[in-house]
Amino acid sequence: MSVDQATVRRIAYLARIAVTDEEVPHLEGEINAILSFVEALGAVDVAGVEPMTSVIPMKLPLRADVVTDGEIESLVLANAPLAEDDFFLVPKVIE
Amino acid sequence: MTDPTALTLAEARDALVARKLSSLELTQAYLGAMERARGLNAYIVETPDQALDMARASDARIGKGEAGALEGLPIGVKDLYATKGVHTQACSHVLDGFKPTYESTVTAQLWRDGAVMLGKLNMDEFAMGSSNETSYYGPVASPWLPPNWSAAQGRAALAADKRGLLVPGGSSGGSASAVSARLCLAATASDTGGSIRQPAAFTGTCGIKPTYGRCSRYGMVAFASSLDQAGPIARNVRDAAIMLRSMAGHDPKDSTCYDAPVPDYEAAIGRSIKGFKIGVPREYRLDGMNPEIEKLWGQGVEWLRAAGADIVDISLPNTRHALPAYYIVAPAEASSNLARYDGVRYGLREPGNDIAELYEKTRAAGFGAEVRRRVMIGTYVLSAGYYDAYYVRAQKIRTLIKRDFETVFADGVDAILTPATPSAAFGIGEKGSADPVEMYLNDVFTVTVNMAGLPGLVAPAGLSAEGLPLGLQLIGRPFDEGTLFSLGAVMEQSAGRMSLPQPWWG
Repeated sequence: MSVDQATVRRIAYLARIAVTDEEVPHLEGEINAILSFVEALGAVDVAGVEPMTSVIPMKLPLRADVVTDGEIESLVLANAPLAEDDFFLVPKVIE
Repeated sequence: MTDPTALTLAEARDALVARKLSSLELTQAYLGAMERARGLNAYIVETPDQALDMARASDARIGKGEAGALEGLPIGVKDLYATKGVHTQACSHVLDGFKPTYESTVTAQLWRDGAVMLGKLNMDEFAMGSSNETSYYGPVASPWLPPNWSAAQGRAALAADKRGLLVPGGSSGGSASAVSARLCLAATASDTGGSIRQPAAFTGTCGIKPTYGRCSRYGMVAFASSLDQAGPIARNVRDAAIMLRSMAGHDPKDSTCYDAPVPDYEAAIGRSIKGFKIGVPREYRLDGMNPEIEKLWGQGVEWLRAAGADIVDISLPNTRHALPAYYIVAPAEASSNLARYDGVRYGLREPGNDIAELYEKTRAAGFGAEVRRRVMIGTYVLSAGYYDAYYVRAQKIRTLIKRDFETVFADGVDAILTPATPSAAFGIGEKGSADPVEMYLNDVFTVTVNMAGLPGLVAPAGLSAEGLPLGLQLIGRPFDEGTLFSLGAVMEQSAGRMSLPQPWWG
């Protein structure tokens, strides 16, 4: 399988990364080089094989359903590029 | 005492406890060495004030007889670990200005045991790379000079664009360079496809990626969560064992962290390996393999045999599928993990007219070329219509790879010996500019270990004909790091202590 320039733009949109017109042909080449590298996997017989979900068999631990932190608004917002009162600021989302 | 930075971590520990040296003296010696070595670009942030405070506190604890396992020992921290109030960006521009309000579990445990933080170490952006050339802060130079280079040539290249100097490997290139140049006693590193072991091999140092789950991932900037593990790079096998003991251990803040006591790994050094069954996998003998690497591997086999190990030929038939499958699984997980960098809650923000434009412009400006490439590949293989063909298939192949290892371990094999890298270190600017896959091939011997969640140790094994360090890899059973330390110590002793490069850099 390989990607064309329209697909590259679609992937960039899904990944929410702006790409310029000049970058698209370049990305097309790089992505296709990687896809051709992984193509051989298509020939591997995987019939009846379970996909891996956990590399080390282990039971997912549960913890007590209690509040363990909170009241730390200033820490949560400490690295915000833009904040006001106790909120992150973003451009208007809803008209 | 002459130069305290010449001591290994174990030697420095013993000297501090015997009061032959203070942590303050040792820390000052390292801060001086770091200043003279700025040209290597191994540290991106130095924390001298914090280091001196920690050293004084350590000296006080030693005075009271309350020394921890790493009391007063100066170490470097890969920029991927969250350090409270200190620059933490995984060497990405997208985390511009980020200073965490919390500490990673691994570093918290190192400070608990008394270690002293010297600063944050350079790395490939988000740990994506094998040469430390993708860092937002520029490449790191190896302290090993290229063959036939004079010190003056090396200094001139450091002052210019570093081209021609050797890479320290990646992604933990800053860690490897700093340990090899004696700019810290040891360093934290991390390994998703070989990022501890390949740089260790390139710089004549020892690195171990422990079993998946042995160390907590809490507070480590995530790349591929099912593959990422913390581990140390150190000057020798013993020092790596001492570091890992403090870094490992159960943590309720990481649900994949294994709940079992951490053994005294240092006690495994010097243990007899008589009767250990060592597998030599035929699939690692690649077509067109570098004859030097093949010879070194044979030498390693002989060392272990001479120490009483039984050597057996083994087969790991799915080996060749590991690297392609990795380049589906790792980018897929990365595309998901890196979705959090959106310019809203922390880090870089590029203004946009609406929220979508803010995301797109922030991520375009914040991610470097390699990160963008992998996020896009990951997005593609997870997208509707391709998920089964790529991602699910790769996860099935991962099951096959793990099954290969389980089969040989069930047959009584205690550990597996393989090459660490396809070659010695290459030059800065030499690889991967035209075809990204060229760089990916560096991980051909290391990536299977991450895919199967196993521990892997790389120890220095000798020098190439051109005088550059080469390493060998030992792969162990899950949570059997101790055996790797025993075997690694034998290999290290047989190879003879590697003399690290003399400081030509300043």
